[in-house]
Amino acid sequence: MAWKRLVFIFAVGVPLLAVLAFGFTRDPREIPSPLIGRPAPSFSVRLTDGREVTLAALRGKVVFLNFWASWCPPCRAEARSLEASWQRHRGGDVAFLGINMQDREEAAREFLREFGVTYPNGIDGGNRIAIDYGVWGIPETFFLDRNGRITYKHIGALGAETIHAKLEEALQGVQSRREGKGEYQSIR
Amino acid sequence: MTATIGWFSVLLAFALALVGMIAPVLTPRREGARVLAVGGASIVGQLALVTVAGTALVYALVTADFSLKYVATNSSLRTPLYYRVTGLWGALEGSLLLWEWMLVAFAGLVVWQYRERHRELMPWVLAVFSAVSGFFLAVLAFASSPFERLWPVPLDGRGLNPLLEDADMFTHPPLLYAGFVGLTVPYAFAVAALITGRIDEGWIATIRKWIVAAWLFLTLGNLFGGWWSYHVLGWGGYWAWDPVENAAFLPWLPATALLHSIQIQERRGMLKVWNLSLIIVAFALTIFGTFLTRSGVLSSVHAFSSGPVGGLFLGFLGLVLLGSFALVALRADRLRSQPELDSMVSRESAFLLNNVVLAAVTFTVFFGTIFPLLAEAVAGVKLSVGAPFFSRVTVPLFLVMLLLMGVGPLIAWRKASSDNLRRNFLWPVALSVAVAVALVAVGVRDAWSLLALTLSAFVVLTIGLDTGRAVAARRAIAGEGVLGALGSLLRRNQRRYGGFVVHLGVVLVVLGITGSMNWSQEKNATLAPGESVGVGRFTVRFEGLQVRERPTHARVEATFRVFNDRHDLGVLSPALKYFPSQQSPIGRAVLRMGWSEDLYLILSGFSEVRASQATIKVLLRPLVMWIWVGGGVIVLGALLALWPFGRRAAEA
Repeated sequence: MAWKRLVFIFAVGVPLLAVLAFGFTRDPREIPSPLIGRPAPSFSVRLTDGREVTLAALRGKVVFLNFWASWCPPCRAEARSLEASWQRHRGGDVAFLGINMQDREEAAREFLREFGVTYPNGIDGGNRIAIDYGVWGIPETFFLDRNGRITYKHIGALGAETIHAKLEEALQGVQSRREGKGEYQSIR
Repeated sequence: MTATIGWFSVLLAFALALVGMIAPVLTPRREGARVLAVGGASIVGQLALVTVAGTALVYALVTADFSLKYVATNSSLRTPLYYRVTGLWGALEGSLLLWEWMLVAFAGLVVWQYRERHRELMPWVLAVFSAVSGFFLAVLAFASSPFERLWPVPLDGRGLNPLLEDADMFTHPPLLYAGFVGLTVPYAFAVAALITGRIDEGWIATIRKWIVAAWLFLTLGNLFGGWWSYHVLGWGGYWAWDPVENAAFLPWLPATALLHSIQIQERRGMLKVWNLSLIIVAFALTIFGTFLTRSGVLSSVHAFSSGPVGGLFLGFLGLVLLGSFALVALRADRLRSQPELDSMVSRESAFLLNNVVLAAVTFTVFFGTIFPLLAEAVAGVKLSVGAPFFSRVTVPLFLVMLLLMGVGPLIAWRKASSDNLRRNFLWPVALSVAVAVALVAVGVRDAWSLLALTLSAFVVLTIGLDTGRAVAARRAIAGEGVLGALGSLLRRNQRRYGGFVVHLGVVLVVLGITGSMNWSQEKNATLAPGESVGVGRFTVRFEGLQVRERPTHARVEATFRVFNDRHDLGVLSPALKYFPSQQSPIGRAVLRMGWSEDLYLILSGFSEVRASQATIKVLLRPLVMWIWVGGGVIVLGALLALWPFGRRAAEA
C-alpha cells in the first residue's frame, strides 16, 4: 500500500508548496487602500513659501496630491513629468499640491530648485498627513475629484500620459477600480 | 585576490560535495569501507575549503577590502573591528557562508565521532550531509556569492545595518544557525536509515546528544533573539509573533517533541514513524524558515536582506519534504511499531499527549504564519495574523504542556497504578490548590495567569517531591549528605535530573512571560525639564537633552532621574540615534532591570521649537528578568544532561 501513502504525501505536500510559491507572485507590502471612493482626509499644511493651505480650501477643484522625498530615486524620476503636467493643466480646475515627507527641509528645497517645481509644496512634519493617507511607498499620488473624493491612487513614479488621463477622469468624477503601481521606494 | 581564492574554494567544495553525494550510489554495495573513505574525505575536503572561503571573507571584512560588494555594503572604515567580524553574518550571502561553514564543521565532527560505528549507515549519512552542503554551496557559488566584485572600488563602504551594531550580534544569529544546522545531524541519520532500511539499528539513541545540543542552541538562539529585541529594538517587548520570529521558533517545537518521544522509542520500541517524521519536519522547518526570511513572500517587521535565493530554498524544501516522506511511505512496512500502548494512564501516554500538543502548537504557528498567503491565494483577501491570534490559541496549549511537565516525569511506565498516582501526585496537587487559593487571596483574578502560576507551582512541587525522596533514599542507603546525594543522583541518572533542571528553567520562563503579559503598565508623557511622570512605584524626572557625537552616528540623549519612594535610583538616558545612511532615527531604549520588574524608557521624540521638551514612553514590565534567568537554568540543565560524567568515572 506504499503508493497510497505516496499519493497522500503528494496530495498534502504539493498544494502546500504551491501556496508558498504563490507568494512570489505577490508583494506582501501592497495593501489596497480603503480610501478610494471615500472623502480624502482633511489636513492643513505649511507651504515652502510659508503660507498655510488647507485641503478644504481646494474644494471645487480636482486635486493632484503627491507625496515625495528628495532622497527617493523614483521621485526624482517623475519630477519633470509632474512639473510638465502642471504647466499643461494650470489655470484649469486643477490644483497640484506636493507633500514632502521624511526629509530635511534644505534637501527638499534643493530638490524643488533643481527640477524647477512651480506648483505649491508643503512640508509634512511628523508625517501626520502621510499617516492619514496610509502612505507606505513613495512617490505616492492621490487624485481627488471636485467633491474631495479620492478617485485614484498611484504608488511609484507617474508619467505625463497617466497624469493627464487620471486628471480627466477626476474632472468627470470617474473613480478608478484599481490602484496604479510603478517603481517606488518603500518607507516601512 | 581574496575574492578569487574565496570563490574558487566554494566552487571546489561544491565539486567535492557532488562526489560525496553520489559516492554510495556509484560504488558497489560490498565496498562499504571505500565508500566511507570517499564520503569522509569529501566532507573533510569541504570543511577545509569552506574554512578557506570563510577566512577569506573575514579577512576581506577586517581589512575593509571594498572591492568585494559584500564588504562594501556591510562594512565601512568607521565600523569597529568587532562589527567587521560580525559582518560575516550581517547579510544574506555571508549568513549562508556561515551556515555552510557550521554545516561542514558538524559533518566533520560526525565523521570523527562515528568513525568506528554504524558502518552500514555512515556512507549514506555522509552522502546526505554532502547533498545538503552541496545545495548551500551551489547557492553560494551561483546565486548569491559573497565574493562578488564591485567596480569601481568605492572609497568607503556603506557600513553594517545600525540595528545590527549590538553585542548580541555575536550570540543570537550564530546560536540560531547552530541550532538549525544541528538538526541536520538527526536528519542525515534518519534518511540514511530509511534508504538502507536499517531502522532498528539503535542510531536514534546514539545521536540523542546531537538532538539535545541542537535543541539547546535553538532555545538559546530564540532567547537571545528575545533579549536583543527587548534591550535594543526599543519597543518594550521580546516577542511579537512576527513571521520571521515564528520561523526561528517553529523548528524548536518538533525538536522538543522529539526529545520526549525518542525516550518512548528507546524504552518501548514505539513511535518509529512518528520520530522519523518529527526529525524530517524539524529539518524541513529550518529550510522553511530560511525561505520565509529571505524570500520576502510575507510582510515582516524584520527587514532582512533578501536575494534571488527564495525560489531555490523553496525548491530545496520541496525536495526535502516530498523526498523524505516518500521514503517514509516506502519503508513504512518495516517501521511497524511492536508494542501497543498498555494504558492511557502511563508515562507513554503522557509523553504521547505532550507530542500531540506540541504538534498542535507547530501546526497552529505554521498555519498562522502562512495564513496571509493562503487567504490571498484562495480568497484574494489581504490580511495579517497578529499576536492576539497566536496568544489565544497557543497559551491554552502551552498550559497543557505545563501540566504534562509535572505529570510526565513521575508517572509510571506502562500502567500507573492508583497507588503510584496517589504516592506521586497527592501532595503536589494538594499544595498546588493551596497555592492557587493563596494567589487568589493576593489578588490574582485573571484565570489564565492563575492557571499558569498554579501549574508552574505543580511542576516545581512534583520535581521537589521526587528529588527529595530520592535524596532521602540515598542518604538512608549510602549515608551521604544532601549535596553528596544530589551529586550521585545526577551522575547516576543525569538525563533525568538534567531534564528536571531544564523543566525548572522553563517554569521560570513561564513566570516571566506570565508577569509581563498580564501586569505591564505603560504611560506616555511629554515633559519639560524638571517635570516628572509616575508609573507604579517609580517616578521619572526629566533633566534635559544632550547631543552627542559617536564614531558612526550622532545621538540625542534625554536624561531622566529615577526615584522610587523618594530614593534616588540614578539616571537613565534613552536616546535617538541618527545614522548618516538612514532616513529615520533609531531608538535606543534604556531599562533598569530588577527581580520583580523592569523600568523601561523609550524616547519617542523631542522638540527643538519649545526648548528641549521630550516625549517618552515609560513601561513597567514585571518579572521579565526571570525569562533570562530561566534561560540560564535551561542551559545548566541541558549541560548537566550532556556532560560526560560517565566517561570520567570510567577512566577513574
